[in-house]
Amino acid sequence: MLYGYAGRILRVNLSTGVISKEPTCPEMARKFLGGHGFAVYILSKELKRGVDPLGPENKLVLASGPISGTLTPCSGKFTVGAKSPATGLIGTSNVGGHIGPELKLAGYDAVIVEGRAPYPVYLYIEDEKVEVRPAFKYWGKECSEVERELKEDLGEEFQCLVIGPAGENLVKFSCVRHDFGREAGRTGMGAVFGSKNLKAVAVRGTRTVPVYDKKRCMELSREMYAKVKANELFPEFSKYGTSMVTNWTNEVGVFPTKNFSRGYFESYKEINGDALVSRILVHNKGCFACPMGCGKYSRFEFKGKTSYVEGPEYETIALCGGNVMLSSIEDVARANYILDNLGLDTISGGNVIAFAVECFEKGLITRHDTGGFELRWGDIETVEWLARKIAYKEGIGALLAEGVKKAAEVLGGDSEKFAMHVKGLEISGYDSHWAPCMALAYATCDIGAHHNRAWAITYDIQTDRDAYGEDKAERVIFLQHARPMFDMLSNCRLSWVETGLDPRYFAEFMTALTGVPYTYEELLKCAERAWNLTRLFGIKELGLSRKDDYPPERWFTPQEEVPGNVASGKHLDRAKYDQLLSTYYRKRGWDENGRPTPEKLRELGLEEFIE
Amino acid sequence: MVKWLKADSSKCVGCNACRLACALAKFGDNNHKKGRLVPRANFPESKGYKVNTCTQCGICAQKCPVGAIPQREDGVYVVDESKCISCFICVDACPFGVMIRHPEHKHPFKCDVCGACVPFCGQDVLSVNTR
Repeated sequence: MLYGYAGRILRVNLSTGVISKEPTCPEMARKFLGGHGFAVYILSKELKRGVDPLGPENKLVLASGPISGTLTPCSGKFTVGAKSPATGLIGTSNVGGHIGPELKLAGYDAVIVEGRAPYPVYLYIEDEKVEVRPAFKYWGKECSEVERELKEDLGEEFQCLVIGPAGENLVKFSCVRHDFGREAGRTGMGAVFGSKNLKAVAVRGTRTVPVYDKKRCMELSREMYAKVKANELFPEFSKYGTSMVTNWTNEVGVFPTKNFSRGYFESYKEINGDALVSRILVHNKGCFACPMGCGKYSRFEFKGKTSYVEGPEYETIALCGGNVMLSSIEDVARANYILDNLGLDTISGGNVIAFAVECFEKGLITRHDTGGFELRWGDIETVEWLARKIAYKEGIGALLAEGVKKAAEVLGGDSEKFAMHVKGLEISGYDSHWAPCMALAYATCDIGAHHNRAWAITYDIQTDRDAYGEDKAERVIFLQHARPMFDMLSNCRLSWVETGLDPRYFAEFMTALTGVPYTYEELLKCAERAWNLTRLFGIKELGLSRKDDYPPERWFTPQEEVPGNVASGKHLDRAKYDQLLSTYYRKRGWDENGRPTPEKLRELGLEEFIE
Repeated sequence: MVKWLKADSSKCVGCNACRLACALAKFGDNNHKKGRLVPRANFPESKGYKVNTCTQCGICAQKCPVGAIPQREDGVYVVDESKCISCFICVDACPFGVMIRHPEHKHPFKCDVCGACVPFCGQDVLSVNTR
């Protein structure tokens, strides 16, 4: 009995229609835990070398984890993984909500989707009943509409993953949507769904997940909920959610503004947490078992029409707010609504839109390219116009749909210098002109530039922002294990990050849940194993090396000086960054070119992947 | 006097921790589908969650053809499994959808106001009340 797990993996081949149910491998569970770890292992093991991310040979891994659906604060995380069309690396993106617990109750730890359906389909999972069903009636529709229709057609208890037009049209930064506002946003997982003609996955489950020591689990559950609720930051985080960070990032000059040309937006108080809560919030919305309810469900008017959107989250405020200079929370909510429903990641989307506006300003995109439409900063019409062009790949949108890296290669000029990405993935919400630790976190992130793996920005602010010491490399490495550990267990990290829950609780809970004596150190080791395996995949597929572990050129040049920006004129030092990167490699047990050494791979039990 | 589980739905975030805590307390099962209270919302035009709890209204008891849902002294209705014939008329009759039918159980089940869910609500939505 594999306690804590549903015990089976569902495999669906959309080309052949063959559906099989396989036992979850106990050794995989022990070494990779679940969620993100399962995705990394399965993709590393099963994908043929050099497969087209948008071809039938790529595989989708939809994975819950052992903690998923248990009574721990925020056990609603879920991973969508595949070879990423944005980066060519392993892409995994996590999403909150309720689908992870639902899938486990249906009796599956993960679903592996292979092949390509000959026509639009959705995957129907209800306990033992698994069917590939036609999806003609849903194809072409936007996300909220599809999810609403699926629930009307199948029943409210079904939890759904859906894609919008952007995913169908294979936009490289299209997302997978769940629960009317939660997104597996990063690394273009929506396009992988689209490439397989897979419009949606709908799941309902009723089974019981086996627990090793029920009494101990319940004791720990009680303690954990009590601790989270008693934390002094709980009320504020619950009230504002991630939007809470907006004031702070502006005060310390790291808020992405005007395509990351600076870290301060003069209108930030119009788009911050107070603006959200006082002007558009309807109610709070929680993922599974979350005491905080940090999701904000909002309502706004636009041209006389009322719309609803979950958010905006901080990342959307940063990238669709400051980075494109929208100066009202209603406009940011509108941008959020448009991108979400088209099925575009708001982080990459905000980047691409800002990049396009800057290119227009510099004459690299002209009125000729836009059919006379003028691209402007701070203009919601520009955001909407570009988002639709991108989602439907019309005109200039077809190029922008490839992301900023490829767009810069085509547009030329000096656009590469302000194409804000690492390894092809656009940067999320922290301008790191004056934050070397965060810059290193982005530049070395396994999937491309994403804060999810190492929110190191607080360390820069708390220590010396001009320092490039060993401690910063150590901090990044620790976070790059601790945070993905949560994605492997499938628990939200915010119970730790925002409300101070000791992450060691999860080792104790895992021990009681599975009967396997886990330590916190061992859980971190599992995360290190996944980290190294992802790196190996990148080396084998793309020849990933030192040159790929640098932040974009813009952060090495002085940022714009504006009144109020404490980081005016600041920038990264290339020589010092170079040294910091070497330190990082050394401390990881990697060589000077960023390759894990055979000793490190053996230490992690990854012998089978040594070539 | 009737004891019942009261919910202030305006504060609910729909996380289902209460539902899971209920299933764990009553069956020891990690399966929130066995919870005896159900938060619901109506997305995308949502005005908020509505937590359906048992109000001990007694409609289930009235509809039961074999008198298998007696009322305790504290006003709480409970299913007497020794009498229950598993017709599930009570499940259809419940106006709040909280007489629960689950494939792993022969008989329907409902809230007996044990209060196990209460401490797991992060937003203090739930309380054990009397009326």
